[in-house]
Amino acid sequence: MTIVREPIWDDAPATKLQGFFRHITQFLSSLGWAARILSISIFYFPSVIVRKDSRSQLFNQLYITGIRTLPVITVVSLFTGMILALQVGLELRRFNQEIYLGAAVMISLIREMAPFSCGMCLAACVGSAIAAELGTMKVNDEVAALEIMSISPIRYLASPRILALVFMAPLLGFFCCIIGTVGGGVVGVTQLGVDFEQYMASAISIADTKDLFVGLLKALVFGIVIGTVSVSEGFGTEVGATGVGRSTQRSVIVSFLLILMLGYMITRVCYR
Amino acid sequence: MSLIKFENVVKKFNGVAVLDGLSFDVEKGEVLALVGPSGTGKSVTLKHLVRLLTPTSGKITVDGIDVSSCSSKELTHIRSRIGYLFQGGALLAWMSVAENVALPLRECTNLKDSEIDEKVAAALASVELSAAAEKLPSEISGGMQKRAGLARAIVRESDIVLYDEPTSGLDPVTSVTINRLIKKLNKELGITSIVVTHDLQGALNIADRILLIKEGKAIECSKPEEFVNSQNPAVKEFLAAMKGEIV
Ligand SMILES: Nc1ncnc2c1ncn2[C@@H]1O[C@H](COP(=O)(O)OP(=O)(O)O)[C@@H](O)[C@H]1O
Ligand SMILES: [Mg+2]
Repeated sequence: MTIVREPIWDDAPATKLQGFFRHITQFLSSLGWAARILSISIFYFPSVIVRKDSRSQLFNQLYITGIRTLPVITVVSLFTGMILALQVGLELRRFNQEIYLGAAVMISLIREMAPFSCGMCLAACVGSAIAAELGTMKVNDEVAALEIMSISPIRYLASPRILALVFMAPLLGFFCCIIGTVGGGVVGVTQLGVDFEQYMASAISIADTKDLFVGLLKALVFGIVIGTVSVSEGFGTEVGATGVGRSTQRSVIVSFLLILMLGYMITRVCYR
Repeated sequence: MSLIKFENVVKKFNGVAVLDGLSFDVEKGEVLALVGPSGTGKSVTLKHLVRLLTPTSGKITVDGIDVSSCSSKELTHIRSRIGYLFQGGALLAWMSVAENVALPLRECTNLKDSEIDEKVAAALASVELSAAAEKLPSEISGGMQKRAGLARAIVRESDIVLYDEPTSGLDPVTSVTINRLIKKLNKELGITSIVVTHDLQGALNIADRILLIKEGKAIECSKPEEFVNSQNPAVKEFLAAMKGEIV
């Protein structure tokens, strides 16, 4: 599959209506293109791990995705947990039910907020960087150079990035959940006068395996979405001054929207 | 039969014809210099040869194979025969210069590491970059990046090499070295070359024929001595403009 592709049409649209239909066709074709990039990337996952050159890329991407984002993700999840604890805790206190604070925080984190905030952080920190990097490479003919040398840009560039996200997103989602719970506990102890041990006991007792799996599944889906969107936006970058900036912006917006919508859908399917 | 043949190639972007009925051919073992003002589609012409772009109409053949309609297997074969220096060098940012040059050998040949190292060292020496072999592309100047791209284009000793502005942005001394290198590769290995250039003197020295492109059409294609004495008004205008730059 060639990455350096041309516009579908050589000529300018003759009428406004034709231009409108071309936009729709363009949109559908880019959906198909992204799907093909994802499936070919998955096809190359084994060779990314086996081959020396792409494996070094993979380790680099794992580091960028998993380690370099830790500071941001830690702060975001800490405050997510703290805000949850404060809002829920103030309500619970009116009914003298502070003992359930841990459970309330844990449930919202593990089912929803941890994968969500982790996905947002990854889209903003990693997805944007991928789109910008690949977009710059596209504009500078580096992707074309790879194709001419018969090196598949999908195997060489897309696959390690998507694999790193697939691997790291669930781990980071789990990490978010733990940090958020701790953050909620800190608020509970310092502001709401809850005993920390009681808080943790309540949190742990409520979390069951299904919640954990659904949370991890969400994080995994978000990882795949962010990887596919940012890689295909990057590869789709057109020559021009605004090209790289625009595809970076679009990769973040599209990832955010999909994270919200898919998050809702997974919840809807898994909890009735 | 000509090795490379463009027949009436039209290429439109968004309704604007960048190439507008371009025809020319290149014989085996020949050096063709492609000259013309910026934005006339010289880089676009080269990209058509390896199907990075496909023509709106017209036909491009390499060794008798129609590039824009051949199977992907044939395309891979054609691409493997062609070395390509991109206008910006197109080096991968995270690899050292030597690794960049080694890339086509690593990926497309079964050479041993020691043989690859040898060939890479030779290619880097020929573009006078041995000292910068371990540097990253971001750590060297634009002219050096271009020379590294040149080393990558010639390292496989392909039988066709396309040079997109190999000497622009280089100092005059290095330009002469690069021009000599292109001529030498052509003489010793019989490499067929298309050189896009703004360096008229260099083109006159190395090229067997010079092709002037203007507004997407071939204006004149002739031997260097005929080219400078051409009575074609467009060529005269171009030559005058080039001299104007020099004086
Ligand atoms: N992929 C592309 N999409 C749209 N327009 C392009 C593309 N590539 C080149 N062009 C246009 O084609 C014209 C010729 O470009 P180019 O071949 O790079 O000129 P030059 O002769 O200086 O190398 C320019 O006007 C450029 O904007
Ligand atoms: Mg050019």
